[in-house]
Amino acid sequence: MFGYLIRRVLYAVPILVGVNVITFALFFFVNSPDDMARLALGGKHVTAEAVEKWKADKGYDRPLIFNAAREGMAQVTDTVFFQKSARMFVFDFGRGDDGRDIGYEIRTRMWPSLAIAVPTFLVGLACYISFALLLALFRATYLDLAGVILCVTAMSISSLFYIIGGQYLVSKLWNLVPISGYDTGLDAWKFLVLPVLIGVVGGVGASTRWYRTIFIEEMHKDYVRTARAKGLPESRVLFGHVLRNALIPVLTGVVVVIPALFLGSLIMESFFAIPGLGSYTIEAINNQDYGVVRAMVFLGSFLYIVGLVLTDVSYTLVDPRVRFE
Amino acid sequence: MRALDTFLLIAAAALAGCQGPWNNPYPAEERGRNILYSAFSEQPKHLDPVQSYFENEIQFTAQIYMPPLQYHYLKRPYELVPFAADRLPTATYYDAGGRVLPQDVPAARVARTVYRVTIRPGIYYQPHPAFATKADGTSRYIGVPAQALSRYRSLGEFEHTGTRELRAADFAYQIKRLAHPWLHSPIYGLMSGYIVGLKGYAEKLREAAADAPRNAYLDLDRFEIDGVTVTGPYSFEITIEGKYPQFVYWLAMPFFSPVPHEAERFYRQPGMQANISLDWYPVGTGPYMMTVNNPNRSIVLERNPNFAGEPYPDEGEPGDREAGLLDDAGRMMPFVDKAVYSLERESIPYWNKFLQGYYDASGISSDSFDQTVSVSATGDVQLSEDMSRRGIQLQTSVSASTIYMGFNMLDPVIGGLDERGRKLRQAISIAVDMEELVSIFRNGRGIAAQGPLPPGIFGHRDGEAGVNRQVYDWIDGRAVRKPVQEAKALLAQAGYPDGIDAATGKPLVVYLDTAMVGPEGKSRADWFTKQLRKINLQLVVRSTDLNRFQEKLRNGTAQIYVLGWNADYPDPENFMFLLHGPQSRAHGSGENASNYANPEFDALFERMRNMENGPERLAIIDRMNAILHRDAPWSFGFHPADYTLTHAWVHNRKPNKMANNGLKYQRIDPALREQRRAECNPPVPGPLLLAAPPVAIAMHPAPVTWRRRERASALPARG
Repeated sequence: MFGYLIRRVLYAVPILVGVNVITFALFFFVNSPDDMARLALGGKHVTAEAVEKWKADKGYDRPLIFNAAREGMAQVTDTVFFQKSARMFVFDFGRGDDGRDIGYEIRTRMWPSLAIAVPTFLVGLACYISFALLLALFRATYLDLAGVILCVTAMSISSLFYIIGGQYLVSKLWNLVPISGYDTGLDAWKFLVLPVLIGVVGGVGASTRWYRTIFIEEMHKDYVRTARAKGLPESRVLFGHVLRNALIPVLTGVVVVIPALFLGSLIMESFFAIPGLGSYTIEAINNQDYGVVRAMVFLGSFLYIVGLVLTDVSYTLVDPRVRFE
Repeated sequence: MRALDTFLLIAAAALAGCQGPWNNPYPAEERGRNILYSAFSEQPKHLDPVQSYFENEIQFTAQIYMPPLQYHYLKRPYELVPFAADRLPTATYYDAGGRVLPQDVPAARVARTVYRVTIRPGIYYQPHPAFATKADGTSRYIGVPAQALSRYRSLGEFEHTGTRELRAADFAYQIKRLAHPWLHSPIYGLMSGYIVGLKGYAEKLREAAADAPRNAYLDLDRFEIDGVTVTGPYSFEITIEGKYPQFVYWLAMPFFSPVPHEAERFYRQPGMQANISLDWYPVGTGPYMMTVNNPNRSIVLERNPNFAGEPYPDEGEPGDREAGLLDDAGRMMPFVDKAVYSLERESIPYWNKFLQGYYDASGISSDSFDQTVSVSATGDVQLSEDMSRRGIQLQTSVSASTIYMGFNMLDPVIGGLDERGRKLRQAISIAVDMEELVSIFRNGRGIAAQGPLPPGIFGHRDGEAGVNRQVYDWIDGRAVRKPVQEAKALLAQAGYPDGIDAATGKPLVVYLDTAMVGPEGKSRADWFTKQLRKINLQLVVRSTDLNRFQEKLRNGTAQIYVLGWNADYPDPENFMFLLHGPQSRAHGSGENASNYANPEFDALFERMRNMENGPERLAIIDRMNAILHRDAPWSFGFHPADYTLTHAWVHNRKPNKMANNGLKYQRIDPALREQRRAECNPPVPGPLLLAAPPVAIAMHPAPVTWRRRERASALPARG
């Protein structure tokens, strides 16, 4: 297992380099360092001298990927790409174009993101799986039909509707919790109830249908018929056998998103004024802050790779037939 | 269901434990306190006064820093009054030989101007660790080892603070900071053209900084600027090249606020956390100081205990007394103890929280416009019944801004000063109905522009005297846009009868270059196309991203574009320079995006820019406007109007488009606010509890069926 993990980590290096190259190419395809300087300097009264000064100060006065004026390795290392990317592999994200510490921002913002994402994820998972098992149990009955119609309807509604509708109903009409905002410690609960509730309700359609399909497929297998034929109670059949055997596809979809919970949700954080990481990347793109964009893309790809490795590891826990090779 | 009931009961009990409305987003200990609540939608990037320029930055720095001058809060037209200075600065003009010239001397004879500023004694900085001293008088936190500093994660963790009196040298220090090689002041380029010796000073500093470690403390006092002299503890002089009367307006901006060198020495020490900097924690002498800077969530300003106070103005413009704006005349400011600004990115939650009483003031978004105000047939704006019942007040003001549709004068089709080009542009100006644009896209919030100068700026004329006769007729006491037939006639005279190029026989196609995207951009683009179709002109909209759009303007390859300009200061020079030939964007890096160059206009501009306001200057501005109406380098768009709503508990709020330091004038009535909040936000848990039984009934068949299945046998019982 250890060798397998080492191998996967080594595979991750070229992937991360590739992601960096693509991010760099895409970013500088639409923005030039001059554009970045003009935006940072405010757009009014910007002189060519000020643009050059900004670029020199921020390290954007070098060639982008190849420095023909230098010799040897410096042709590659004395470039914007190398200077801005190399240190990320030791998780030194440097500073944004506004001079602020990106690492500090990430460390500060990930907690509010987690405060919403983790309860939404756990409560949602429990609800979706329970609901899906219920529908699977009562398949082909009016309950199943009603449940499926409910799920399809829920899937068809925009997440924005849930947010605005939830805020209107719970916070404005019933005045039960604040519409938006955030606080630290235990005082955070009143700000988290509504986004978590909306997050769970908003995901019920797609997730329940997905899990229901998995469970129904599993319930048609021979071992389930055998279990019933032996006279096992339905609860034992469902939770002891069906759920356990359906865990592989469930884990495939679930474990991979766990690390990405750090990255937060853009719309939810924006509407509820949650100071998380979700909006950080979008703000950086709007501000043409390459430092933050590359850091967030790097972090996102890294966490995704971690999620995939964790998924592989989790397979061995739920299915003894799976081996690391 | 038992779990749901339990949860609801616990939640209800927890919420009932809170006093007051359950949906109050603020801590219970703030209830009833003299706090003003506001919001910001975009995080400030820079709070260092040498860099902060955007509105979302200056709304904070203007409350903290104290430049020599400020704008009178109530008077219109805008008027400069002393702030840190004890009187308005005097300007002395000198010729090339160093001889003093009279005040009304023509600008051509002036070689240099010296501004003498004296500041009031007894102004003290806010409490700050940079000023903390030990018993022996040495600094407590400056010059300490890096390890000792690295343990502090925020400014509030420093145990000791101190203060000192403001000195004239602090203003001189800040002017030096404009040239700092690691700071990027947006006005350095402009000021280096005026302040004597600033450019040379910047070069010396750049050389000195070349070998210094990044972000280390740079001793700015190693060199001096020729044009900045400290003449005493409370006086200094600034020498500028030539005559530039608008320079005094810059002295009312945070760029010229005092900054103590101790602050920079303190922040730029090895070991200091990256986010403990002057860009993050300002150090000022103004009425407020920043005590919390968490731009991801909230920014808090609190009363500066060392601010000696400032009397509320005792005179204003007509109507101010009746509006209650002089009720506090002579009382010492600031009135509010604390201001809490919360990050609120979306307009819907902001608006709803305003209605609930959790924000004290709000603008009006397009979504909520109809439920908020009604516009009568005569154009009068009235609050809706619901808003009036809530005690909400409406304030309207026209911005010191102009949005315009510009024509690139270098373009072979749309440009040029010949009759063909003029008539083509005049025809387009008539066809593009700016009143309709304001009505459709801004809910009527704005007034059609008759020239570049917005109301409130010297030279702007209301009524018939200011009408653009090329586009409007004056009928029954109001400006009426000329009929489309006249535009068509002009088009024919330009050589494009019915939109066909007489020379080629092909339809004339013109191009609108824009960075407008999304549904709003698309609908605007469609609207412009429709406008030109009225005169049978084909408009092709070339949408692109902001960078490419700006590049087109810089290269002079755009044809028709839409831009806007917000005044830096209330002087006609700050608008007319947008059409000054030498400031062409394509031939330099100026702000004249139309690349308009008319020698007569340029000569008048050169005269007007250095004149004091008066009849002679007004006559020149009238002539300049007439030239612009004829040449039509712009289709003068509109001046946006701002609508602001305030609750009944907010007093002394008057829109001021020049002054950003309005917080100190505002007064609130916290008791009334508490009362209204309680009335507006009674918790209504009933619907949730009522929803429980139907859910239980709907779910009831599930356990019944489950039990039946569990009890059923594999085969049906034999009968």
